[in-house]
Amino acid sequence: MSESINADRGLTYPGNLGCPGCGASIAINHALKGLGEKTVLVIPACCFAIMAGPYPMTALKVPILHTAFATAAVSAAGVRAGLDMQGDTETTVVAWAGDGGTFDIGIQSLSGTAERNDDIIFVCYDNEAYMNTGVQRSSATPYGTRTTTTPGAGWKRTRKKNIMEIMAAHRIPYAATANIAFPDDFIRKFAKAREMRGGTRFIHVFSSCPTGWGVASSLAIKIARLATRSNIFPLYEIENGTDWTLNLEGDLPVGDYLGAQGRFRHLTPEDLEQIQQEVDADLALIQERVAATRVRKAHLKPET
Amino acid sequence: MRQVLEGSHAISEAVRLAKVQVVAGYPITPQTHIIEAISQHCADGSLKARFIPVESEHSSMAAVIGAAATGVRTFTATSSHGLALMHEVLHWASAARLPIVMGEVNRALGPGWNIWMDQSDSLAQRDTGWIQLYCEDAQDALDTTLIAFRLAETVNLPAMVVIDAFYVSHTFEPVDVPDQETVDRFLPPLEPRFRIDVDHPQALYPMVGPAFFMEMRRSIQDGMEAAGPAFDAIAGEFESVFGRRHSAVETVGCEDADLVLVTTGSVTSTARLVVAQQREQGKRVGLCKIKQFRPFPAEMIRAVLGSAPRVAVIDRNVSFGSGGIFAREIQGALCPLEQRPAVYSYIAGLGGRDITPETIAEVLRLAEETPAPEAESRWVGLNPDVKP
Ligand SMILES: Cc1ncc(C[n+]2csc(CCOP(=O)(O)OP(=O)(O)O)c2C)c(N)n1
Ligand code: SF4
Ligand SMILES: [Mg+2]
Repeated sequence: MSESINADRGLTYPGNLGCPGCGASIAINHALKGLGEKTVLVIPACCFAIMAGPYPMTALKVPILHTAFATAAVSAAGVRAGLDMQGDTETTVVAWAGDGGTFDIGIQSLSGTAERNDDIIFVCYDNEAYMNTGVQRSSATPYGTRTTTTPGAGWKRTRKKNIMEIMAAHRIPYAATANIAFPDDFIRKFAKAREMRGGTRFIHVFSSCPTGWGVASSLAIKIARLATRSNIFPLYEIENGTDWTLNLEGDLPVGDYLGAQGRFRHLTPEDLEQIQQEVDADLALIQERVAATRVRKAHLKPET
Repeated sequence: MRQVLEGSHAISEAVRLAKVQVVAGYPITPQTHIIEAISQHCADGSLKARFIPVESEHSSMAAVIGAAATGVRTFTATSSHGLALMHEVLHWASAARLPIVMGEVNRALGPGWNIWMDQSDSLAQRDTGWIQLYCEDAQDALDTTLIAFRLAETVNLPAMVVIDAFYVSHTFEPVDVPDQETVDRFLPPLEPRFRIDVDHPQALYPMVGPAFFMEMRRSIQDGMEAAGPAFDAIAGEFESVFGRRHSAVETVGCEDADLVLVTTGSVTSTARLVVAQQREQGKRVGLCKIKQFRPFPAEMIRAVLGSAPRVAVIDRNVSFGSGGIFAREIQGALCPLEQRPAVYSYIAGLGGRDITPETIAEVLRLAEETPAPEAESRWVGLNPDVKP
């Protein structure tokens, strides 16, 4: 383990209202290590709004502004404006939302904030469904998933929305994926986002949910690691919406990841094969963009 | 300095003079002139504020909530559909106890699309915990906006300054625009009672269970109850600084009146004329303008209207299935009295239909001629030839 992980800055109190093994709980620990104590968190309705503690308690040692479900990004933009007007440009303002608060109900205000390029970090901890209300599907729910609103034979037949492409299309300075099972990479990206300042930075965090996914809480990290190793959740960064970097390439088939979870148990070998093809194609697209970025950068180099 | 301003710019001038620090805005007719003017002030440096051009009114309110939580003075403005879209976050602002001030231009809600005067938009938000102050003209709008900042910051509740679509928002009138020094004397910089502070971290507005929730709601009610006397005190100070008197309830010749007409907004100006004419004709008619709708000035209403035999209320709004909203509130306020006036409720001027001196004269005639009020509100000015 690296030094950064051992050097626990202790910005969370021990214990919160999350389920055992909740990925979001692990995610906030990693995130605050990269962000530091001069951070304000803006949290809309989501599991984390509950995990952060009921009045008069708090699970975190940084200020929190709880906000309405659809408003994470713009509330953070408002906090930013208020701090700026008082001469505080040092504090980092971070919106911390679930996939529902990012991909669905929060996307309008997120898009507006990104278009204005307001100086905030938007973090989506993605557990691929509306967990707080009891595991209903969201537009971040992947193809093949059973949720309480895509139950039984009605499992989800449409793909997961590609939020990274959407954010890249806003040409924001920084967008990155991060996974709780890769803490070094995770913390590096949060620290990098913090240091960048001056525009909207977006971090898409893979955050396992043992309760909603039908996996043992002891497997929260293992499942998360499999998501990246099977290329279902590749780790990559996009700067200025155009410069792509792939941080890690997976080496396992999707079946290893899908087969370990209750929410995918009904899938047939044919379904797995179809998902494998889509995952391969998605990875190939990222690789193409990474290659294109390299070519473009080589052209831009001044002649020697 | 006296200037000729439209009502929208009376508000934007007040916002400039109030040295607001963060403004969020989204366009909707007839509110646009307010945020356009403020954008201009921010652009040319006459107001040192951050203007956030958001992508919806829901976001306008969320943005100023975020900013206000850091302890800065904030403003936004909207109308009609924009206000309706804000509904969720209006509750958030008041329960968050943030002294946000909002300009609200009364306009009808569709369908069908109608950009004209109608109070249904603001009155539909009456239970959101916002102070609501209605203005009669441009000067009233400027003065009320300045008072609203003081009031909101005194009781830590958000305040809506409401003006009529077009009749006030787009009408040019001479307005006394005070100088900065005088305004500074009346409205000092905001001293927030709490704010987001990384050196003193705390969680604002987390989940609250049944053990604490009721007390929190009670404290909003307490804040509202304090807002009544606070308005009177602040209006008193305003008068001593600027020489203009404003009150939650204003009366003209109510003491000896057989019939008191109750109005809000710009209709009051028309009513002043009609009432004066009828007085000249020897009729004992009075006029009562309600400026402050939330908190509802029930005690003042009882004091002013309690001894009148008849009261006629003009509502430029309707609560479907109930009636005119001001009339219903007044009836409620008068209820504790043993001897109550007969309250006649009239609905008029919806969706920008003019309320002319003739309309008002008809209302007064109907109230005089009808021995006892009907249970339902009476609609005046309906055209029998229009069959929707
Ligand atoms: C306007 C509005 N609609 C619905 C809800 C109910 N609600 C609260 S949390 C939630 C689900 C949140 O899902 P997500 O953002 O993915 O976070 P998670 O709970 O999964 O961590 C919903 C639907 C709400 N609070 N506000
Ligand atoms: S339901 Fe899932 S996301 Fe929510 S607290 Fe439990 S494990 Fe975490
Ligand atoms: Mg979720």
